[in-house]
Amino acid sequence: MKNSSTTTRSQSREVLGTSALRPDGVAKTQGDFAFSSDFQAENMLWGATLRSPHPHARIVSIDPTDAWRIPGVETIIFADDVPGQATYGLIASDQPVFAQNVVRYMGEPIAAVAADHPETCRRALAAIKIVYEELPVLFDMDLAIDPSTPPIHPDGNVFRHQRIISGDPDIVGDVIVEGTYDIGMQDQAFLGLEAALAYPDPGGAGVELVVATQWLHEDRKQIADCLGMAPEKVRLVLGGVGGAFGAREDISLQVHTCLLALRTGRPVKVQYSREESFFGHVHRHPGRIHLRHHADRNGKLLKVEGWMKLDGGAYASTSSAVLLNGITHLQGPYACDNSRLEAWATRTNNPPCGAMRGFGVVQACFAHEGQMDKLAVALGLSPVEVRLRNAMKTGDKLFTGQVVDSVAPVARCIRETDAIPLPAEPAYGTGSLELPGGSGRTSDPSHIRRGIGWGVSIKNLMYSEGFDDSAEARCTLADGVATLKFATAEVGQGFVVLAQQIARTILGVDTVVLDAIDTQIGSAGSTSASRQTWMSGGAVDGACRLVRERLFEQVAHVHNLNPLQLAVEGTDIVDTLGPLRVPVSEASKGLRIEETFLHRHRPTEELDENGQGNCHVAFAFVAHRAVVDVDTELGLVKVVQIATAQDVGQVLNPLTLLGQIEGGIAQGLGLAVMEEIVVDRGVVKNPSFTDYLLPTALDAPDVVAIPIEEYEPLAPLGAKGVGEPPCISVTPAIVAAIRNATGRDITRTPVRPQDICLPT
Amino acid sequence: MKISLTVNGELRESEIEPRTLLVQYLRENLALTGTNIGCDTSSCGACSMHLNGEAVKSCTILAAQADGCNITTIEGLAKGGKMHPMQEAFMQNHGLQCGYCTPGMVMAAISLLEENANPTEDEVRVGLEGNLCRCTGYHNIIQSVLACAKGGN
Ligand code: FES
Ligand code: FES
Repeated sequence: MKNSSTTTRSQSREVLGTSALRPDGVAKTQGDFAFSSDFQAENMLWGATLRSPHPHARIVSIDPTDAWRIPGVETIIFADDVPGQATYGLIASDQPVFAQNVVRYMGEPIAAVAADHPETCRRALAAIKIVYEELPVLFDMDLAIDPSTPPIHPDGNVFRHQRIISGDPDIVGDVIVEGTYDIGMQDQAFLGLEAALAYPDPGGAGVELVVATQWLHEDRKQIADCLGMAPEKVRLVLGGVGGAFGAREDISLQVHTCLLALRTGRPVKVQYSREESFFGHVHRHPGRIHLRHHADRNGKLLKVEGWMKLDGGAYASTSSAVLLNGITHLQGPYACDNSRLEAWATRTNNPPCGAMRGFGVVQACFAHEGQMDKLAVALGLSPVEVRLRNAMKTGDKLFTGQVVDSVAPVARCIRETDAIPLPAEPAYGTGSLELPGGSGRTSDPSHIRRGIGWGVSIKNLMYSEGFDDSAEARCTLADGVATLKFATAEVGQGFVVLAQQIARTILGVDTVVLDAIDTQIGSAGSTSASRQTWMSGGAVDGACRLVRERLFEQVAHVHNLNPLQLAVEGTDIVDTLGPLRVPVSEASKGLRIEETFLHRHRPTEELDENGQGNCHVAFAFVAHRAVVDVDTELGLVKVVQIATAQDVGQVLNPLTLLGQIEGGIAQGLGLAVMEEIVVDRGVVKNPSFTDYLLPTALDAPDVVAIPIEEYEPLAPLGAKGVGEPPCISVTPAIVAAIRNATGRDITRTPVRPQDICLPT
Repeated sequence: MKISLTVNGELRESEIEPRTLLVQYLRENLALTGTNIGCDTSSCGACSMHLNGEAVKSCTILAAQADGCNITTIEGLAKGGKMHPMQEAFMQNHGLQCGYCTPGMVMAAISLLEENANPTEDEVRVGLEGNLCRCTGYHNIIQSVLACAKGGN
């Protein structure tokens, strides 16, 4: 099994701007790539987690006597067995490793067991006797905000309350439109289930953990705190990651696995089933947003006012940051001076929510785009025209007072999307698989109506609000071969190929070896927030440039030239002022040049109490147009085509970019018409792939994508992050298309059949 | 119980517990971890392999049921150090990101082309409907299969 590898391709050089092939492509297509679930160790035990069946209950008693009697059971651990800090969390440490006296959500861990076989684990968990006293379930955001509701946690029932007031908040427009929007709880549903393998050091002095995660160093910090160990005693190695989308940013099985291994002195593997995965990681925040948009007679936005409520569930995770993103993006990609906005992230006994691709902006966008369509109707303008009249430009000021100094081609995104040809009118034969309903084949072609809808969005890139964000990378050049070392989690996005492209371009080498991704180098930060191309890409770029400088010095010294007049051209070093041309492979023969580079982005600030401050680093924009066919009798939807133009800065790898766009669109489609974790008073109703439906190859629409390529001077490679924008405004575009087809004022997503075909 | 079956051309005889699923047998007993598990409800297709030449989800079959059968997993496709054309096509056409769905997709796609050597894009979509991919949105996967059918990469 080989996860890091070398690729040499001499025919055409796979530099920046080409669709270079992934170095892990061979292993991944041959079944050789080691996912975290593939690791096994000699003498290994299996671990499993006992979870609460109730959303809110007091633990009256726990009796593990019968479980201990089961042959093969090696250890059972509870809250009292956590040697270090009892809680963890990305922003606030409020989530217990194991519940102590009370459980606050269905699926909260209470104990873990290690045994010789997964089946023994299951039997042991079933044999632990727990007496619960069920408590009233706080499942409603408004009740959570109400100060008279008893707190379900010592830190209270509101994770964050934030407002934004800007310009003249009392201004009144000629045209006012108002709406309330609901967003369901989406699951990241990565395909590769959570799995980890922990190896204890002799005598329990430390531990090594192979795990699929988005952020090795942050995991290490939280694990070390809970184990009561110094961070350097905890070593993390990235196991192959089968997708992430935000769900691997929080701790899930990391601490449990390490504790079991340290307790038994043997390697322990924990692996979730799909059902446990639904309980084991955070989800996208469900929410409710109410907005009132004011415009003048010409359709110019004058003010946005309203509120946003996001339900964070039982523990903090990243709720406060998601809320910041949510409220600061309620403006949308539109110029406007005046606002009065208020937002809450609540704590309830619902499943904990945190990071998912789009991070608060998905929710905001669903609401502001619904509003733009209402405004278009009220003004008698087309959806395109109302958006063009308000499209944000570089230099515009946000409600937070921050000036958008990123490239901001909003109008261009809209125009280029609009210029993409519409698909042919439907010509369905009966039983056609293209009909709404797909292989269900239930639609009658005569009931089908076509609709078109729009969505445009703005998305911040990188972390916000003063977070000291950095990424480190090391480059070693020896004998014409570059070796790169970084802790950047490759979760499928393709950073591994980008890193090689950067090194080939800067150094003129063809062979780029990737070292193991682990904690033996400084943090790369998280693979999230569309940040790794910018952050880790910047770090690799910086390290390669430092190496190149030193190589130039060597060559200049030998040839008695000024190093400043040397350059890399293809695979050669050339003298820009003279005849010298020497291959990099030759120039670096016998040398070993190594440099490490730490990339930081410019600092940001926290918002003040009125929501003012330069809280974000940079922004990207995108437009989506959806065409849908709706069976109005059965409430079935077929998304026929998504047209999109995305602001990407410089294109670094066209096919990888397209993969991000198409994959993001499929996830946004999921949120629009099929994906929802159904929660009833804290109880999750559909934790399986038979009841939580993901888009299949038949559901995926035709995608016509245009990258808007405008070099971003703020970014190290001129490239913006591209991971999140594709999944943001596609959801409101699809829902708008359904409104357009049905004439119904649908205000929630996902749109269910009953929202289309039953009386409202 | 004792089972004997041919896996990737090799006769394997094993003593297993009757409850063992075929996918567990492949992954744990034979250490063939290329076949992945993405669900436990026969929904995702990550566990697809070939049973007597046909793509089957190995999470819904007991190893005992495969007794006497001929099995090919993703590890058995490459011959003499040369990748199967479908593997090559997925690699060349960016038909993967995280790669978790890839072994199952490749196995299902090979089966599809065996039944229909020259499928349309729609036929590929229908043929792969039982295999979920959360990363790619399927387009590059479908391009990979079409490219393989055309004989190019
Ligand atoms: S693991 Fe077999 S179908 Fe999902
Ligand atoms: S590539 Fe990740 S699930 Fe298909």
